[in-house]
Amino acid sequence: MRITVDTDRCVGAGQCVLTAPAVFDQDHDGVVEVHDPAVGADEQDAVALAATLCPSGAITVQRD
Amino acid sequence: MTSAEPRVVDFPLRRPGEAFPPPRYQDYRDQPGLMLSYLPNGNKVWLVTRHEDVRAVLTNRKISSNPDHPGFPNISQTMGVPRQEQIPGWFVGLDSPEHDRFRKALIPEFTVRRVRELRPAVEQTVDRCIDAMLAAGNEADLVADFALPVPSLVISSLLGVPPVDRDFFESRTRTLVAIQASTDQQRDTASRELLRYINRLVAIKQKWPGDDLISRLLATGAIEPQEMSGVLMLLLIAGHETTANNIALGVVTLLNNPEWIGDDRVVEETLRFHSVADLVSLRVAVEDVEISGQLVRAGEGIVPLVAAANHDEQAFACPHRFDPARTERHHVAFGYGVHQCLGQNLVRIEMEIAYRRLFERIPGLRLAVPAEELPLKYDGVLCGLHALPVRW
Repeated sequence: MRITVDTDRCVGAGQCVLTAPAVFDQDHDGVVEVHDPAVGADEQDAVALAATLCPSGAITVQRD
Repeated sequence: MTSAEPRVVDFPLRRPGEAFPPPRYQDYRDQPGLMLSYLPNGNKVWLVTRHEDVRAVLTNRKISSNPDHPGFPNISQTMGVPRQEQIPGWFVGLDSPEHDRFRKALIPEFTVRRVRELRPAVEQTVDRCIDAMLAAGNEADLVADFALPVPSLVISSLLGVPPVDRDFFESRTRTLVAIQASTDQQRDTASRELLRYINRLVAIKQKWPGDDLISRLLATGAIEPQEMSGVLMLLLIAGHETTANNIALGVVTLLNNPEWIGDDRVVEETLRFHSVADLVSLRVAVEDVEISGQLVRAGEGIVPLVAAANHDEQAFACPHRFDPARTERHHVAFGYGVHQCLGQNLVRIEMEIAYRRLFERIPGLRLAVPAEELPLKYDGVLCGLHALPVRW
């Protein structure tokens, strides 16, 4: 799975951190950052859900 | 594009005497395209009721949040609530990119991590309100004594309102939202007193910065001092009555579904189930745009109904059932797009702690009046309760 985040689009709602905390974080400015781009098999559904919950479309995922 | 004439329907609809979206929303959702309605001032509005369409509208750049735009559906005005002036810093009424400067400056105050740090302060506030209710006897109005003061006290501590002024702050914010208990003039006075107080507080923080939101926001330099009062009034208003209504209605729903008491998943489900801010995400088309096959002309109003979207059976299985174990989490109770509620994680923590502490400390809590006599607030843009008489 490949994750792309667009930090310009991010509005800091924090949905990704709530949904997949092992993968996403918010930096000092509250903007999305990817903790760990190597997404484990058990995290993939949570990452996909985070992408659909993101209100500003800042997260794109591509499944391998 | 649909060729059929759009159907003209009644709007706004009242909730049917309970904290539930009007049943006619289902009929509106089942029709193709969009429903058309006219506000009392004659302005045309398009009603958006399906979950997918609501999300599409709230992320479309051809659609604006600016209430100064002709054709913007100022629904609260048509309900007799005077229009909130577009004061500098009132950034929910701005579109990107102007809006983004304010949002970005405020994000660090409401991140998941930052809000978790506020947890002990929220717990203390909730416990103090419960202490006061228990000390006063064996009955209370859970709206006036708990649901309204909790968010007001949380916001005032976040803003850095000195403890000695919190009663003043709380009483004025309560007057502002008590539609039945206060007159227009009292609300107007409270609003001016609050604005004056906030301006004074900003001036103090400019001179003597502290460890609080106002001081940090000033230090970023991103927001002009004359915009601060708009920003702060917005945080206060957006975070107060909405949270209070969620707490009060959630308690009623938990009393009706006691098997869920103590389960933190009720927070997300009560947000979806009640959708208190049904009429808040108002928009206007600034260019011609097609939504669900319907052409909406530039200048026409659009009302995405979040309660209708959150009860759309295409998005949620058995949407009218209160089911905190459901796995769908994509409700739009906080809106969607760049304006999605900035304080949503704080609201979640306030609701979670409020429900948990209330039922832990007052296990015998019950309604003091029959449920059908609860005074439902369905005459404003927010759904809630005017009062919630309880005893234990």
